[in-house]
Amino acid sequence: MKIAFTTTGQDLAAPMDLRFGRAAKFLVFDTDTKTSVLIDNTHADASQGAGIKAAETIVKAGATTLVTGDCGPKAFNALKQAGVKIYSAKAMTVADALEALLAQKLSEITSA
Amino acid sequence: MKIAIASGKGGTGKTTLAVNLALAAGAPVCLLDCDVEAPNAHLFLKATPAHERVVTIPIPVVDEALCDGCGLCSQFCAFNAIVSFGTVPVIAPEMCHGCGGCMRVCPQKAIREIDNRIGVVETLHAGDLTLVQGRLDIGVALAPPLIHAVKKEASGDLIIMDAPPGTSCPVLATLREVDFVLLVTEPTPFGLNDLRLAVEVVRELGLPFGVVINRASDQDSYVRPYLEEEKITLLAEIPDDRRIAQAYAKGEPLIHALPDYQPLFKKLFQTLCEAA
Repeated sequence: MKIAFTTTGQDLAAPMDLRFGRAAKFLVFDTDTKTSVLIDNTHADASQGAGIKAAETIVKAGATTLVTGDCGPKAFNALKQAGVKIYSAKAMTVADALEALLAQKLSEITSA
Repeated sequence: MKIAIASGKGGTGKTTLAVNLALAAGAPVCLLDCDVEAPNAHLFLKATPAHERVVTIPIPVVDEALCDGCGLCSQFCAFNAIVSFGTVPVIAPEMCHGCGGCMRVCPQKAIREIDNRIGVVETLHAGDLTLVQGRLDIGVALAPPLIHAVKKEASGDLIIMDAPPGTSCPVLATLREVDFVLLVTEPTPFGLNDLRLAVEVVRELGLPFGVVINRASDQDSYVRPYLEEEKITLLAEIPDDRRIAQAYAKGEPLIHALPDYQPLFKKLFQTLCEAA
């Protein structure tokens, strides 16, 4: 399973970025291989539709789960359409968020 | 002749200028309220509604049976209004500018367009004056297509346009193809800052323009020096007169409430006719 995290840094030790569409980067962690890939959010400065493009970016990267702070209604709809589960994680590092997710301690975002 | 009243900064007197110039024209005139997010010229005119037209833009709908999820529509859209995950695209109608590009690039011909309402254009009459105003629906962000619809509804030889504030797309949609732009400002740091931006816009568009200073005072250390330095024509100054604010608050056109200002507006109108 591939999990996308929004982050301001480079690796698992970095803090989460609590924005989704305007996040600096996406870290996609593969639970099967225990490896991660860092993707720049090239649409972070889009005048509109950044959330929708962010959804496209992580889905193309193979993520089926997203961990972020919050996401807006348009991004939420796009992610739902693609069948991505969205979890909220605040004020923690990517590694902490991963651990909390795997321990089923994060709450799923089910409405925008 | 098409004259637009613009400003950069909001609340400097665009509508006051536009309404009173139209009333001072002494000829049949068409006043266009292009501030479709907050049209307010009607507040100063006892105008009778004549007709109303619904304005729409085309937005895409996808035939799920034909779509193969190639994603070309998503790659094409500059406004991120249609996005594909290898499945049927998700459409965000409120972000669509109605360009029709997604429909053209779709190899499966799976996209067609439907009309999406964005607002109305209303025509009203007050004597010799025809007022055309756009009214954007609540929640709609896309003003330019409605502004174009307002301009299309204009009639007659003399057209005065009340532009929206700012210097973004709605202002450009208003100013394109006018003969003269009157920029109205106030002698404050904010007035000057936004005037500079508005001047950049009209210069970029290559339009002839001049400035009116509203709420003018003798201690203007902002706008007058700037106009001199930039060699910009000062068309008129409207003094900082409490009676003007009182008439405005009652919804009375300035030149009706205060006839002593009629010569100022008639002269300004004459100046514009010669400049345009």
